[in-house]
Amino acid sequence: MKSGLTLLQSLLALLAGGMALCGLIGAAISADAEILLTVAVGLGALTLARFFFRPISLWLDGLAAVLIAVALVLALPRGSAMPGHYWFAMVSAWAFAWLFVDQLSGEIRKGTVPRKTMGLLIPAVFGVALLVVWEIVTRGANVPPVLLPAPSAIGAQLANSAPILWADFVQTFIKSVIPGYIIGCLAGLIVAIAVDRSPFLKAGLLPIGNFMSALPIIGIAPIMVMWFGFDWQSKAAVVVAMTFFPMLVNTVAGLNAASSIERDLMRTYAANYWQTLLKLRLPAAGPFIFNALKINSTLALIGAIVAEFFGTPVVGMGFRISTGVGRLAIDLVWAEIAVAAIAGSAFYGVIALIERGVTFWHPSVRGGRA
Amino acid sequence: MTTPTVVSAEHLGLTFSTNDGDVIALSDVNLTIEKGEFVSFIGPSGCGKTTFLRTIADLEQPTSGALHINGQTPEEARKARAYGYVFQAPALYPWRTIEKNVALPLEIMGYSAAEQAERIKRTLELVNLSGFEKKFPWQLSGGMQQRASIARALAFDADLLLMDEPFGALDEIVRDHLNSELLKLWDRTKKTICFVTHSIPEAVYLSTKIVVMSPRPGRVTDIIESNLPKERPLDIRETPEFLAIAARVRDGLRAGHSYEEVV
Repeated sequence: MKSGLTLLQSLLALLAGGMALCGLIGAAISADAEILLTVAVGLGALTLARFFFRPISLWLDGLAAVLIAVALVLALPRGSAMPGHYWFAMVSAWAFAWLFVDQLSGEIRKGTVPRKTMGLLIPAVFGVALLVVWEIVTRGANVPPVLLPAPSAIGAQLANSAPILWADFVQTFIKSVIPGYIIGCLAGLIVAIAVDRSPFLKAGLLPIGNFMSALPIIGIAPIMVMWFGFDWQSKAAVVVAMTFFPMLVNTVAGLNAASSIERDLMRTYAANYWQTLLKLRLPAAGPFIFNALKINSTLALIGAIVAEFFGTPVVGMGFRISTGVGRLAIDLVWAEIAVAAIAGSAFYGVIALIERGVTFWHPSVRGGRA
Repeated sequence: MTTPTVVSAEHLGLTFSTNDGDVIALSDVNLTIEKGEFVSFIGPSGCGKTTFLRTIADLEQPTSGALHINGQTPEEARKARAYGYVFQAPALYPWRTIEKNVALPLEIMGYSAAEQAERIKRTLELVNLSGFEKKFPWQLSGGMQQRASIARALAFDADLLLMDEPFGALDEIVRDHLNSELLKLWDRTKKTICFVTHSIPEAVYLSTKIVVMSPRPGRVTDIIESNLPKERPLDIRETPEFLAIAARVRDGLRAGHSYEEVV
């Protein structure tokens, strides 16, 4: 084939070019054609030439996707549904983006483009494409903002309410999540070491830990509010209760991760309990402990936000979400969700980065064999 | 003048109790190992040779008979750090570099930093691993990893070296090389070495004394004193003396097997 593409890529190229052509014809028929959009879909339709003459660079596909998407978003009418032929342009932009990413990942695999920088481009294109489609669908189809606001509206709300969002972030994340997470994880780690040392505690404490993890958060949150008051202390307590058990079971499993030959080695040195713990068993448990830290990083945020539904001072992410829904301030709710998602991902990312540094030796990190 | 006895076993027996009933791993083992000897334990799988080594190391406890290491009980000897143990696998800790792995026993035994550095340098030179101090174990080949584990066992200067099929997982070329290196090392350090193997040429090539064992119940069927010279090039394995000892080992192993068939 002249285009030098795989079957899937050929279909995508056909779809992208064909839809651009449809958009062009639609623009020609209808009177209210936007100049920029017409030019963009015209260029998109030109890419069909690749089937007749010679392959074109994947960067041209990427450029076509960006041009059509930008032109389309700029052309979106305010307050009314968009003309029918704009939908062709949206599908075309989406197909161009997919085609671009598919070719790019192929090039990365072949090693013709650097993995480090270009590897980041793929998820970025994916995320931006999602946002663009969301924007076009919500505004183009005139979806009521109460159901789903457009990303641009959420972005505007993010900028406008930055002080409120920051205060909520401090209240929920800095004051509730971080202390609760640290206390819960440390307690889980210490109890796990105690449980590991003593069969009596293993029989007594593990079931209690299990029991605690089975407690519904919706049930314990109001009780924690009664115990520790309305402010962040009760939310931190909920976070402690949620993060304790994953750390406990993972660490107990991790402390048994060292092989018998590695333990025998310590015994031949007549090493004492603490030497064996610090020099062998805790390092060997590292991957397990970090697993719990990662699970807990997302659990902690969920726990703190949900706990705020049950009584809180007039600040906090959970408070804002529950009252925002009540007042139909959906933009603000979505802005708060965006902040929570970013904070949660960043938290997870930081823990994962530390994990790479600390357990660099583990086959799953260094990408080798055991 | 008599050489001091390092290991003495009298009527040593060890029975594991498992869910399927008792398994006799060692029965009525009598053996004396003197200072400076290189003793190989050879026999088929399940003959108790590894168990015997582990009993010397106080990793298993005998159920009958008496065992003394340097005149002490195995536990006292272990607590006195009387031996270095080299396992079947290198068992290097992957989060430590080679030099830190060699330093592990020294850290546990409380050597000063300066002494640790000096001993790491010396033992890594002894096993020809100088220049690999900062590498991690998984960056090294299997043979190099096993040499590093030997360096680790040598680092704290125990007079007795217990080696449990240390080269079993390596290919024959690497194994030949490491065997001749081990002989040189033994000559230089004057240590007593107990070496478990299931290779007849390896046992004959290395040892001053070969203990032939038979499976279930783990017994010693023959103890062969080797009269080969101390200086042993690899081609000594084609000489009539070498072949004669190898034949005797093979006979001993066969006798062990027929014993099993009678039972």
